[in-house]
Amino acid sequence: MAEFLQFVFSGITVGAIYALVAIGFTLIYNASDVVNFAQGEFVMLGAMGTVFLGHAGVPLLLAGVVAVLITTVVGLALYRWAIVPAREADAVTLIIITIGASIFLRGVAEVVFDKGFHSLPALLGSNPIRLGGATILPQSLVVLAGAFFIMVLLWAFIDRTLFGKAVRAIAANRVAARLVGINTRIVVGASFALSAAIGAIAGILITPITLTSYNGGTLLALKGFAAIMLGGIGSAVGAVVGGILLGLLEAFAAGYVSASYKDAVGFLVILAVLFVMPRGLFGKATVERV
Amino acid sequence: MANFRVAAAFAAVGLATALLACPASAQVKIGSVLSVTGPASFLGEPEKETLKIYVDKINAKGGIDGQKLQLIIYDDGGNANAARTFATRLVEQDKVVAMVGGATTGTSMAEIPVFQDAQIPFISLGGSIRIIQPVKKWVFKTPHTDRMACEKIFADLKKRKLTKVALISGTDAFGKSMRDQCIAVAPKAGITIVHVENYGPHDSDMTPQLTKIKATPGVQAVINTGFGQGPAIVTRDYRQLGIPYPLYQSHGVASKQFIKLAGPAANGVRLPAAALLVADQLPDSDPQKPVVVAYKKTFEAKTGKPVSTFGGHAYDALMIFAAAAKRAGSFDKAKVRDQIEKTKGFIGTGGTFNMSPTNHLGLDLSAFRMLEIKDGEWTLVH
Repeated sequence: MAEFLQFVFSGITVGAIYALVAIGFTLIYNASDVVNFAQGEFVMLGAMGTVFLGHAGVPLLLAGVVAVLITTVVGLALYRWAIVPAREADAVTLIIITIGASIFLRGVAEVVFDKGFHSLPALLGSNPIRLGGATILPQSLVVLAGAFFIMVLLWAFIDRTLFGKAVRAIAANRVAARLVGINTRIVVGASFALSAAIGAIAGILITPITLTSYNGGTLLALKGFAAIMLGGIGSAVGAVVGGILLGLLEAFAAGYVSASYKDAVGFLVILAVLFVMPRGLFGKATVERV
Repeated sequence: MANFRVAAAFAAVGLATALLACPASAQVKIGSVLSVTGPASFLGEPEKETLKIYVDKINAKGGIDGQKLQLIIYDDGGNANAARTFATRLVEQDKVVAMVGGATTGTSMAEIPVFQDAQIPFISLGGSIRIIQPVKKWVFKTPHTDRMACEKIFADLKKRKLTKVALISGTDAFGKSMRDQCIAVAPKAGITIVHVENYGPHDSDMTPQLTKIKATPGVQAVINTGFGQGPAIVTRDYRQLGIPYPLYQSHGVASKQFIKLAGPAANGVRLPAAALLVADQLPDSDPQKPVVVAYKKTFEAKTGKPVSTFGGHAYDALMIFAAAAKRAGSFDKAKVRDQIEKTKGFIGTGGTFNMSPTNHLGLDLSAFRMLEIKDGEWTLVH
């Protein structure tokens, strides 16, 4: 029983990380149908920025805020100088551009920061909480809380505000949205900025557990991408549920089968789900009006 | 008139060639392909800096037999294919007389055929025993092997009367290779391996695997083979779960970065490593002390970074080559190779090298020191 509980805790720890990274994909996808493969680099920039500002003597809280702001600017720059010039291109082309941007950002980070691994202190200390013979670190709960908090905010933002309505309108039909007076450039630009900020916050929260390095974002983004495929792309709730499910699956596979197969088990389940529900668990069915 | 122009052109070309050739003939080229960027950059970077510092030092003292060394370094980014391409370039374009480095086992293995074919001495900085076993005529290496690390850990376990161990290994090349070596030498050392677990090099939580080890009856100690961030996370999760047995790491984490990442969890961890890490703690009677203290001082003064054993391997390789070239009295590749093989009693940062036609490493178990991390510092275990 204690073992089972430990596997659950491990799954929640890893799952909350995936969820927090996955949720960053949501907004950009909603606004532009683009899966932003540079999202992992936003996560890395937030974490590495905080680490290095901290090294330079800036108090950690301030360092975190500044790192989030810097990453937001990077997100805006990515939109302005990589996406806007190609805005007539289709989604696949834009996705390829984000892959290029991801490689570019990694290279810049390697030069600006360094190539080593870094960590940040845990928010609530590192004494494990004991429960029924199993243990979990307080930071795992912080990450989980962060994921839920951002999920609720994002849901409220997309479903309950005028700006969110504009985002959905652009996603549905860009030309029509422009005709009714929505400034698409500002709305899509803002969605890039917000996604970058969410990624940076995720990076800062998860680094005490995952550690960070200039190329640490890529793999996280891949897992986050798997999580949104499972949960339903474009849905904030789906991103969180998908992330936690994926984490639990991996933990149980590592615990009861073998660590060698844990990634395979995760992807098998995703394939199975997509076979039955091609839009993911929480994905909205698309209706093409003709 | 036309003839004159052609003649002038030829003369100009000839002159230019002569000018270009002049400095090249006065310098002896040695090559190096290192993983300065990419996942193994923690190996390649200190190795590159070490080679640069010490080639400059050799040249400042007048070179070897009056000939200055020219160092040519390429960065393979940890990619074995790129490493092989650069190795070929060193041989065919740069015409090097020797090669020092191939930072990892993977890149070194890819480069070996190039230097074997070209008959150029190659001193690798890769970890695995596969580089020099079976013996290859032109290939040597300076880092301790993973098999030696297993044997050293097992010897320490025997001293503490612990015989049943669990292994947890990274699925990277280093982690897997050392796991296989440990399993292979365990019966001879009288150690029983009761459980084996693994993790991916980018995983961020190893508690499921460690929970299984915790639940396995009879385990008396745990050995983690791997490098990079994995061992730091294993160490932290190990303490989180409160597993009571001693934890051993490999020489793959022998840098300050590991202690920094693992934090207080690193205290009590033991690992085999070169004397370089505890240079200041060595007794004055230790023959290695002057060598490691001098290297540590030079490296830290020139780079401002803490010393790691990896740069030390590059130092050893370069010095073994320099000494062999001096003994050979020329840079004839075959003669230098023969002299490298005859290296005896050379004291480097990794230990005392005694090479032979059957042993192209030449280190024994005494080259490894057993260290324990106490209060965030390396300490010698006596």
